[in-house]
Amino acid sequence: MSRRPTGPVFAGFGGLALLFVAAGLHAALSTPGHAERMAASAQLVGQVGLTDLALFTEARYARHPAMADLHTAFQDNPMSFEHFPSGTFVPVTEDLGRGRLGFSEAEVSQ
Amino acid sequence: MKRWWRRQRALADFTLAALGRRRTKNLSLIAVFSLVVFVVASAMLFSAALKREADAVLESAPELIVQKMVMGRHEMIEASAVEVLADIRGVMGVKGRLWGYFYDASSGANYTFMVPEDPALTPGPGEVILGEAVPRARNLGWEGAPLFLSRRSGDLVKFEVAQVLSSDSALVSADLVLVNEADFRSFFEIGADVFTDISVTIRNEREIDTIMTKAEKLLPAARFITRAEITRTYQKLFSWREGLLVALAGAAILAFAIFAAEKASGLSAEEAREIGVLKAIGWDTRDVIAMKLWEGALVSVGAFLIGTVLAYGHVFLMGAPLFAPVLKGWSVIYPEFHLAPYVDGLQLSTLFLITVVPYMAATLVPIWRAASADPDRIMR
Repeated sequence: MSRRPTGPVFAGFGGLALLFVAAGLHAALSTPGHAERMAASAQLVGQVGLTDLALFTEARYARHPAMADLHTAFQDNPMSFEHFPSGTFVPVTEDLGRGRLGFSEAEVSQ
Repeated sequence: MKRWWRRQRALADFTLAALGRRRTKNLSLIAVFSLVVFVVASAMLFSAALKREADAVLESAPELIVQKMVMGRHEMIEASAVEVLADIRGVMGVKGRLWGYFYDASSGANYTFMVPEDPALTPGPGEVILGEAVPRARNLGWEGAPLFLSRRSGDLVKFEVAQVLSSDSALVSADLVLVNEADFRSFFEIGADVFTDISVTIRNEREIDTIMTKAEKLLPAARFITRAEITRTYQKLFSWREGLLVALAGAAILAFAIFAAEKASGLSAEEAREIGVLKAIGWDTRDVIAMKLWEGALVSVGAFLIGTVLAYGHVFLMGAPLFAPVLKGWSVIYPEFHLAPYVDGLQLSTLFLITVVPYMAATLVPIWRAASADPDRIMR
């Protein structure tokens, strides 16, 4: 059997593919344990009445993006793009109000 | 079939030998390619897992939050609004929420003070329930150490730590300081007739819009935030097209795209000569293209597999240590959390398509031109 360069390379690919499958299996097998943990977190959310994740604690609008003032990110100073690095990840809130003006109720609800 | 495979294997052998001649260059290409896949795949896996976690955990968030807006800012809302909202048909429960921020000068951290809605979790007078990261920030080393907080110079408030919340829920509770209502009001020196905002429980979720329309008429200055909006905020926050990925990998991907396109599409004189020789000794255009396909596939599929496997280990086995400083930013408190491993097949296929296919295409196009030309002209 001659030494062909594909031998070890294909074996390496096989190994990588096995690791790839193992990662998928690991994800599938560890789901039940994590589901329990997430259920406990969800219960705490309900008990305390939480609305946000405690991922960024440095500024009000980053700690509670869902509760933040409308358009908070750029509110403080027109030339300051962002005070905090987390501002890169926390976009402007989705809901910016109805945004309709009118002289009467009927006009607004049109 | 066997014959086809023998032929392909021979071509792969030849390709590998050719790649081996420029070993350092090709190995560094695979290393950089794997690194780019690793960063993109890490960001993808991390944001998909966070998204799923946010979705599952915030499912129990209040259905509707009512805030009072004054001059474009969130203000304390009067307790009388609770009764106004409770009178709307379809509303099952209305509770005033008390929460606020406290900057702890001694640790430089921001805490979220909150009064739990559930009486079972409400601490007694002078007691607090802390999130996992607060004792860490304050170095409360021993069991039973009290928490002293200073609101201004010369002021010291003592709380006994009744409980520290499990680190399993750190993602939602890391910076929490839970107190009872009386302690909250006296600590922040606010009156008995105001709340931070109001949470509304609704009997039938489909009625939210109708209830909001009615409530808007009764409380015209208020802002309403539904649970769906809260979840949407987080979906948007962790969407890999928007926040994380763009911030982390945008520039790197662009740089690599330029590098790979240059490497793959620009044919060096040596490579062109090689193709000329192959054609001259009787190789078919198809053989040359098949050989180059092997080259592109070995490099890009290899880099894809290495990058993704490493990314999985980085995010789910090691807890994404490379992202922590980026996410942490300037905050003193950062939750120590482990994400539930989650692999989105569609995202992985997308990653495969955007890494492997363009690279193979970029390898093929110039070869096609060289391989279909006259060998004599290429070798000159």
